[in-house]
Amino acid sequence: MKNTRNLLVFMTLALGCSGAPTPAEPAEGTPAPSPKEMAAAAPPEAPSNIAIEGAGATFPFPLYSKWVAEYQKIDPRVRINYQSIGSGGGVRQITERTVDFGASDAPMSDEELQKPKGKLLHIPTTLGAVVVSYNLPGIVGLKLSPAVIVSIFSGDIKTWNDRKIKADNADLKLPADPIAVTYRSDGSGTTAVFTQYLSKISPAWNEKVGAGKSVKFPVGLGAKGNEGVAGQLKTTPGSIGYIELAYAKQTGLAYASVKNQAGKFVEPALEGITAAASSVANNMPDDLRMSIVDAPGDAAYPISAFTYVLVYDVQTDATKGKALAEFLWWAVHEGQAQGPALNYATLPPELVARVEQKLHSLTAGGQPLLSAK
Amino acid sequence: MSPAEQLIQTSTERAPRTPSSGFRLRIVGEVNLGDRIFRIVTATFASGAVLTLAAMAIQMTRASALSLKRFGLSYAFTSNWDPVRDAYGALPFVYGTVVSSLLALLIAVPIAIGVAIYLAELAPGFIRRPLGFLVELLAAIPSVVYGLWGIFLLAPWLRDSVQPALAKGLGFLPLFKGVPRGFGMLAGGLILAIMILPTIASVARDVMRAIPNTFREAALALGATRWETVRTAVLPSARSGIASAIVLGLGRALGETMAVTMVIGNRGEISSSLFAPSATMASVIANEYTEASGDLYLSALSELGLLLFAVTIVLNILARLLVSRMGRMPGAGRA
Repeated sequence: MKNTRNLLVFMTLALGCSGAPTPAEPAEGTPAPSPKEMAAAAPPEAPSNIAIEGAGATFPFPLYSKWVAEYQKIDPRVRINYQSIGSGGGVRQITERTVDFGASDAPMSDEELQKPKGKLLHIPTTLGAVVVSYNLPGIVGLKLSPAVIVSIFSGDIKTWNDRKIKADNADLKLPADPIAVTYRSDGSGTTAVFTQYLSKISPAWNEKVGAGKSVKFPVGLGAKGNEGVAGQLKTTPGSIGYIELAYAKQTGLAYASVKNQAGKFVEPALEGITAAASSVANNMPDDLRMSIVDAPGDAAYPISAFTYVLVYDVQTDATKGKALAEFLWWAVHEGQAQGPALNYATLPPELVARVEQKLHSLTAGGQPLLSAK
Repeated sequence: MSPAEQLIQTSTERAPRTPSSGFRLRIVGEVNLGDRIFRIVTATFASGAVLTLAAMAIQMTRASALSLKRFGLSYAFTSNWDPVRDAYGALPFVYGTVVSSLLALLIAVPIAIGVAIYLAELAPGFIRRPLGFLVELLAAIPSVVYGLWGIFLLAPWLRDSVQPALAKGLGFLPLFKGVPRGFGMLAGGLILAIMILPTIASVARDVMRAIPNTFREAALALGATRWETVRTAVLPSARSGIASAIVLGLGRALGETMAVTMVIGNRGEISSSLFAPSATMASVIANEYTEASGDLYLSALSELGLLLFAVTIVLNILARLLVSRMGRMPGAGRA
């Protein structure tokens, strides 16, 4: 019986505890800003903090984090929280309006754009590139033509000393080793850009495999993430794979120069990526959704891509919308200077002009969010 | 059957089926309020687990409705998984999950039972404790660390030393044919084996420690050697406990995601060779779900979760049946 009593006492205490917050709640609530206090602290149109939520692509995450930190110094009221959950997640979240902006490497498809209630705008923020990395001890400066890249990733070229590879690399001593292809096993914008490139240069690839964030590669091993591919490349002599430029630079893997549409071998460098964007800037469709793989121009690096922020053209909250529009305006102007140090290419000026038009079209309650400059 | 033996049988497998303690209380007639509350509280917790399971099953079925309707049974029995063309056949992943888990059991179970026997029966006291602790520590290493170790050490080692040797010695078997790449089914099974070993070893050790010393003394008194004591007195009594340990290990192997993904090669192909790359259901979900778009694609991935659920249940039932079969064999310690 003693046990029972103890238990009862314990239960009463437990109940008492869980019941306690009810009278305590008002006390807890008082320090929170009452409407009066808020009005006193700041004018009603500029509350002390504006929290903006964003989610999406992992590729631009280092740059976006840098922007968020820098922008905090310029406008301390604005708190931006960007979660790099992946492009697919970014598209899903902005479609359901659970975030203020989404981010995606690949532009949304027509089918995806049907779903959200409201019109989503694509704002290109920066540029990246996918590089073809390889592990051949002692060999640097490999040159690859589009046809050779397709043949390697299709499994048609099986050894490194294949005649077709040698044709462009007369100066290199290529071994007779088998080629071990590595691809990304997880769905990714990197795979999307790379397979878009392969599909564009090879009708056969387009027919058999196609382009997408996850595709069925004809040969090779899958590795998870840029780090997984880099790991397999590093530990496997004779391997070849594709990774983001920034990742290749960080890990010190060798990467190939790729022959572009103009017939020039171009090393993946930031200027080449910007050149690719620049060469197509005037032909871009009105909604700015465009692939820039295999772009024309002597200097263009052919496996380049935009990454986008997704925003609704009509913002529901004027204060938030204005802060977001101002942040994006800053990002495509002053913010671009932060890119190169983190291996992101800057947007060409022709394109920035197009983005300015888009940002001016953002409205809330029928009013434009940015004052005409 | 001795009372002690009965006790073990009850504690390891009969207890859940016969609520003897509650029954005894009622006979005595004194209904203790504390006990009643205790029973209600624990029953709530227990049913909470069941309800969570049911809710998950319902939710996953609902999420995979589109794919279930579109593909029906062919989903589980075809091999073409191509998100670009919205074609989803999960057979290679079922194969990958089942084979990698069984391979892991094949490698881990004998070693784990050996470890358990050593720790429970043979090791001197000053070794037993630190060694037991270290074995359990293996279970605390995050799977991503196992995965990275797999990428940078295990896979190259397999590629350069183990696989060429296997191909040379046993290359006539289809199991060891093909290009040695390191990454593949063998690496996946090995890494799983290392990961489930501590679970099986520590549970099996605890079960053996729980066997009363009178058993061992009886065997020794009859002139049995150390090995004979283990074989005739300890192992038969611990059989069902060891079986539970193996089922626990199997569960972990089936659901393991990160480490396997990093070494198995992630290719949806069925191959008889252990050198060939493969993919498991859990690894495909982890790889593709975050970036998946399109209703049918998401639905097909959800159905993969549902299928993993089903495969886990079936394998668990098979394992239990196998154990109870073995228990009924003559001279299996239970008769």
